[in-house]
Amino acid sequence: MPITRGFKGRQTETVGARDRVPPGQYVTRDFPVLTAGPTQRTPLESWSLSLQRGGELISRWSWIEFKALPQTERTTDIHCVTKWTKLDTQWRGVTFDDVVKAAGLSSAPNLYVMAHCDGGYTTNLPVVDLVDGKAMIATHFDDMPIPATHGGPARLLVPHLYFWKSAKWVRRLEFMEANTPGFWESMGYHIYGDPWREQRYTNDA
Amino acid sequence: MNNATRTMPDTFPLSGDWQSATVAAFRDETPSVKTIAFAVSQWTGHLAGQHVDIRLTGEDGYQAERSYSIASPGGTAALIELTVERISDGEVSPFLTDGLALGDTIELRGPIGGYFTWKPENPSPLLLVAGGSGVVPLMSILRTRNKCANRVPGRLLYSSRRFEDIIYREELDRFAASDNSFSIVHTLTRGAPTAWRGETRRVDTQMLAKYALPTAQKPRIFVCGPTLFVETVADQLLALGHQETGIKTERFGPTGEKR
Repeated sequence: MPITRGFKGRQTETVGARDRVPPGQYVTRDFPVLTAGPTQRTPLESWSLSLQRGGELISRWSWIEFKALPQTERTTDIHCVTKWTKLDTQWRGVTFDDVVKAAGLSSAPNLYVMAHCDGGYTTNLPVVDLVDGKAMIATHFDDMPIPATHGGPARLLVPHLYFWKSAKWVRRLEFMEANTPGFWESMGYHIYGDPWREQRYTNDA
Repeated sequence: MNNATRTMPDTFPLSGDWQSATVAAFRDETPSVKTIAFAVSQWTGHLAGQHVDIRLTGEDGYQAERSYSIASPGGTAALIELTVERISDGEVSPFLTDGLALGDTIELRGPIGGYFTWKPENPSPLLLVAGGSGVVPLMSILRTRNKCANRVPGRLLYSSRRFEDIIYREELDRFAASDNSFSIVHTLTRGAPTAWRGETRRVDTQMLAKYALPTAQKPRIFVCGPTLFVETVADQLLALGHQETGIKTERFGPTGEKR
């Protein structure tokens, strides 16, 4: 690799955590806010989460109904494609598995999901990356309701992929047959987004 | 539920692989901001508003990567200008502004990002709102616009701390002086020189109501700056009735939510 003359870097933040920081990432204690447009603020009274197969509705939960689903807590590291990694973030919400179960499905009907959000944001995910406890619809961060700037009242949490996949303000999960690109995936970012393989942009291996 | 689909650009350049970039020129913009021109060998061109990733490697193999907005106009020029603000406790920016010499090389890849971009063909009037070094990608848009024969109306509302912190001040003044369809409103948040004719407070609803282009013109709006600045401006633009799908934002810097 080409050495940059005179560059030393700091490295202090990653001491003891090097194996938890994917290539090209740095550790921050802050919680940066990245969004392509204005922050969405949907009142809880008009919020709902829908599960769909293509255009067909499978199930829908109001905020009250959604809060009554089984709650799962999770502490995990998160990795944003803009290079920051935040360690040991604490979340609470409903796992994707529990959402599927609550809809009366024995398993996911298709291989892929498109997450649709307030404001028109979308992101595509393989079902295999959502099941077996790998993903949740999170409503709490650090034991507090997630602030709107960070995607509240509810956002996806898929922490083993770059954080643009953990869509803010999620409202609809649509099962789909093909792996159709979502918003950033159509704008030069990788279709899958594994931080450990540094799959940041469209043509990355 | 809001089913608005964000406008997708028809085409935009995709990122290439890492390549060597050689420091070709420096320009001091303000006491804490410097523009660095890098010569790159493989550049298929970029759109105004796109950014690049840079990678620095220490002798021990330690690497740091960061993203920086491109300041130079969209196009295929092989000289890419980045404007970098020195963050005193930063790991990378002090090295870029103070540690590089002419002829040094770093690694660079890009261009990146297909959303916060502007093309001269877009017929909508342009409203640009910048906080501090958030002006950099907006300057790429203005420089691109300035090269066009037929220019859409444009306005820049630009918040800086002090007079001496205004990045690109003279070039922006030249744009405004030579172009009736472009205007700048400066605001200074930490004191102004005597005889200052701009605004002297943080951007707020009243300021946006006064200077944002009329909603009826359906301007294409780009907002870039520190997180809280962008949050405030985007919320107020919505409150003033601007279309959500017309507002593109880019936030950077700390949110103060440390734990």
